[in-house]
Amino acid sequence: MPDVRLVNVTKRFGNIIAVDRVNLHIYDKEYLSLLGPSGCGKTTLLRLIAGLVQPDEGEIYIGDRNVNDVPPEDRDIGFVFQTFALFPHMDAWDNVTYGPRVKGFDMKRAETVGHEVLELVKLHERLDAYPNELSGGMMQRIAVARALAAGAKLLLLDEPLGQLDAKVRNEIRYEIREMAKDLGLTAIHVTHDQAEAMAISDRIAVIKKGKTLQVGKPEELYMKPKSIFVAHFIGESNFLEGYVSRVSRKGVTIELSGGIKVQAVGKNIKREERVVLAIRPEIIVIEKGIERRKNSLFGVIERTTFEGTNIRYGVRLENQNLVVVVKPSLSEEWFNAGEKVNVSFSPRNTHVFAYPQTGLREELAVE
Amino acid sequence: MKSLDVGGKTNLSKSKIIETLDKLSSKTTIKNTIYLTSIIIFLVLILFPPILGIIIKWGLIQDVLDQSELMSEAVNAISASFAVAFFVSFIDVVAGVPMAWIITRGKSRWLNVLDTLSDIPFIVPTATLGYSLFLFWGDFGGLSTLFGATFISPGWLLVILLHFTFSYPVVVRVMVGALLDYKLEYEQASRTLGAAPLTAARTVTFPILKHSLIASFTLAFARSLSETGATMMVAGAFVNGPIFIRKYIGEEGALVLVSFILIVLSSSIFVAIRLLGPKLRTPIRKVWPKTERTLSNPLVEHSRNGVTLLTFFIIVLIPSLFVAFPAFEAILTDVLPEALNGLGVWGDYWKSISLSYSVGTIVTLLNVVIGLPMAIIIARRKIGNAPSAVLDTLVNIPIIVPSVALGASLKIFWTENFSFIPEIWLLIFAHLSITYPYFVRSMSAAIERISIELEEAGRTLGAKPLGVFRTIIFPLTKYSMFSGAIMVFTRSVSETGATLVVSSLKTAPVLLAEYWVSPYIQNPMNSPVTRAEIGLGCGFLILLSFVILLILRLVTRRKGGY
Repeated sequence: MPDVRLVNVTKRFGNIIAVDRVNLHIYDKEYLSLLGPSGCGKTTLLRLIAGLVQPDEGEIYIGDRNVNDVPPEDRDIGFVFQTFALFPHMDAWDNVTYGPRVKGFDMKRAETVGHEVLELVKLHERLDAYPNELSGGMMQRIAVARALAAGAKLLLLDEPLGQLDAKVRNEIRYEIREMAKDLGLTAIHVTHDQAEAMAISDRIAVIKKGKTLQVGKPEELYMKPKSIFVAHFIGESNFLEGYVSRVSRKGVTIELSGGIKVQAVGKNIKREERVVLAIRPEIIVIEKGIERRKNSLFGVIERTTFEGTNIRYGVRLENQNLVVVVKPSLSEEWFNAGEKVNVSFSPRNTHVFAYPQTGLREELAVE
Repeated sequence: MKSLDVGGKTNLSKSKIIETLDKLSSKTTIKNTIYLTSIIIFLVLILFPPILGIIIKWGLIQDVLDQSELMSEAVNAISASFAVAFFVSFIDVVAGVPMAWIITRGKSRWLNVLDTLSDIPFIVPTATLGYSLFLFWGDFGGLSTLFGATFISPGWLLVILLHFTFSYPVVVRVMVGALLDYKLEYEQASRTLGAAPLTAARTVTFPILKHSLIASFTLAFARSLSETGATMMVAGAFVNGPIFIRKYIGEEGALVLVSFILIVLSSSIFVAIRLLGPKLRTPIRKVWPKTERTLSNPLVEHSRNGVTLLTFFIIVLIPSLFVAFPAFEAILTDVLPEALNGLGVWGDYWKSISLSYSVGTIVTLLNVVIGLPMAIIIARRKIGNAPSAVLDTLVNIPIIVPSVALGASLKIFWTENFSFIPEIWLLIFAHLSITYPYFVRSMSAAIERISIELEEAGRTLGAKPLGVFRTIIFPLTKYSMFSGAIMVFTRSVSETGATLVVSSLKTAPVLLAEYWVSPYIQNPMNSPVTRAEIGLGCGFLILLSFVILLILRLVTRRKGGY
C-alpha cells in the first residue's frame, strides 16, 4: 500500500499560482483531508497527485516511485469526482466494471470484482440502472465502487459529498471512511467543509492560497492553531485586536481598545507588539450582572439566536467590540436581548497571534 | 415595518410605444396570434409549396416511367448522388474528427489560426470553390503543371474531392463545438480507471458525443446532396441528381420524378437518423489494453496529427485558395482597373453581386422576423412537447433536401398557381426555404441554453413577456442571432442549385458557374472571359466572404453571449 509524498510542488495557471511549493507526506493507509476555502488550490493538488495536471516544479512520489511523468492510468489510483462523472451511456454494472475491462482483467475476474464492490456499496440490486435513474447518494456510491473496482491502492476524493443532501452526506461520509479503512487504502479527501474533515480524517492539511498552513490531527488543529486563519477556519473564533502591555512567565497582558486589559497565553510575543487575541465562542462564560471578575468584560446582549442544540449570543462589549458566545440550549440559563452581562474566559484557552501584515480582514478572508 | 423607497418612475420610464407593446405581450390572444402566424407562414411559405408543387405535376411522372432510357439515367443520377454523399460524409468524419481534436485539445497558440483556416472552405462560395479546385487538380495549372499532365480530369473523382472540401468544415465545426462543450471529467475518470488515451476516447468520449457525430455526418451528407453550382463545373460526364435536374429543366415529368425521389429519400434518411441515432450502441465494447496503449503513445499521436494536418492543407485548404493565383495575375494586369470601373464583362458581374447581396439581405431580415417566434416555440415547447418536437423535425427537413429539388418543386408550385408573382420573389422564397432551418436551429439552441428560471425571475420582478425578451433573452442570445443571421446571409449569397432552377436571374454564383466558368472549362479559346477575369471575380467573392468570416469571429468571441 502506498504513501504519497509531495516535495516542493508548484503549479501555475498563467499568472495565478494555484499550488505554491507544497511539501506534504500522506502516510500509508492514512485518511487525510485537504481542507480550505474555494479556490485555495486543494483540488489542483489532488489532480496533481492523480496526474490529471502536471506540476511546474517539484516531485510527486506514490510509494517509492516518482510519478511526475506517469500518466493517470498507470498510477493505480481511484478518483471520485465531485460530479461523480459516471459515464452516462453505461449502466451501473458497466461503469463499475470499466476499470477491470480497460486494464485487461479477464472477464471472470472483472465480474467477480464488480460483484464484490457492488456488494460493498449495497447497490447490487441496481446494477442495470443508468446514472440518470439513480439518486445522488446512489451515484456517489457507484462512483466509489467504480474507483475501488479498478484495484486502486490510493483513493482520491474531490469533494465527493458536495452534491448530496445534508442527511445523506452525514451518513455517507462515515461509510467512505470505513470502506477505506477496511480495505487498507490510503485516502486523500478534498473538502471545504471543516465539520466533514474533522469527522472523518486521521489528519487534516489546511490550505490557503496554494500553501499548506498547518497539517495535523483534527483535535490538534482545533486546540493549537498555528495561525489566525486556522483558528478561524477550524471551528469558530472571536478575534480582538490589541497591544501587549506586559509580558510575564505566566502569560501576557493585552490592552484592548477602550483600555480594557485581559490576560492571555502566548509564545514569542514581545511587549508593545500589536496582536490579535482569538477566543473560541464556546469557552466564554456568560453571566448576568455587572460584578467585575478576573478576565471579565461587560457587555449587553445584542442578539440571541436559537440554533437547536445551541444558543448563540451576540454581545456588544463596553469597548464596542462584538463577541459571539455559544452555549448549549438545554443546560444553560437563557439571556434576552438588551440584558447587561459579564463575559469571561480562562487565559489558558486563548490564542495570541502577531497582527498580520496584510491586515486582519485579509487574513480571515475565505474567498 | 420599514420599506424600501424605490423612488419615482421618471428615470426608469420606457417610451410609450414600448410600454404599450409590453402590455399587449402579456395578453394571451396576442401571444397566441404571433405564434400561430409564424407557424402558418412556415407551413404556407416553406413546407407546403414544394410538396404541392410535386403533387400538381404528379400526372406527368407516368410519361417518364415509360421511357426506360430516361428512367435508367434518372436512377443512376440519384444513386450517384447518394453514393457520393455517403462516401464523402464518411471520409469527412474520419478526417474531420482528428482535426477538431487537434483544435480543441492542442496547446499551440497557432490553434486559433488553424481553427479559422478550417472555416475557409465553408465560407467561400461553392461556385468559387469549384473553380479553385478545378484549377488545382485539373487541367489549367496547379498539379498538372507540376506533373506535366492532367492530374485529375473533371469527373466523379473531382466531384468527390470537391464535396469533401466543402463539407469537411461542417464536420470540424460541429465536432469542435461538441468537444468544447464536452465535460472533460468523463475522460479523466476513464484515465484514472486505467484506460489509455485512445481507449478513453473510444469507449467514453465518442459514445457520449454520438449525437454530435451523427449530426456532423448528417450535415455533411446534406451539404453534399444539395450542392449544384460547383459540381456542375467539375462533373465532366458524371451526372448526379442535381445535374440531372439541371439537364432536364424543360422536361417537367423527369424534373418532378427526380425531385420527388430526392426529397422523399433524403427526408426518410434524415428521419431515420433522428429516430434510430439515439438507439445506436457503441459497436465495439471490447478493449485491447496493450494495442490501444501502443496506439496512444506520443509517436503514433504525432503521426496521426501530421497526417490530419497534411490532409487538411493539401486536400482542403490549398485547393480552396488556389484561385488566388489567377486573381493575383489579374491584379498585376489591366484587368483590375477594368473590373473596378465595371467595363466589359464586369458590368454584369457587379450587377450580379448587387443582386446576390440584396436578396441575401432581404432573406436574412425575413428569417429574423418569421424565424424568431418559431425558435421560441421550439425551444420553450410553447405548443406542448409533442407538437413542438414535430415542428422541430419539420423545420429541419429543408436542410437535408437537395436545394435543386426544392427549387424545382417550388418553381412549379408558384408559377402554376401564382404566375403574377415576380421572379425576384420566387428567388427570395426559394432562398428563404433553404436558409430558414439555419436561423431557427441557431436561435432555438441559444434560447434552450438559457435557464427558464431567468425568464421566471424577470416575470416575478414585474417584466411583461416582451420585456423579458427585450431585457433577458435578447441580450443573452444576440450573438447567436447575429451569427445565425450571417449564416443565412452567406448561404443565400452562395446558393446556386435552386437559384438556377427557380429563376433566370443572374446572381453572383450563377453568373460564375453558368456563364463564366462552365464555358471556360469546355473551351477556353471561345470563352467570353479569361482565366484572370474568372480568378479576380472569384477573388472578390472570397474577399467579401473573409470580411463576413471576420465579423462572425469577432462577434461570436464576445463574452456573455450564447
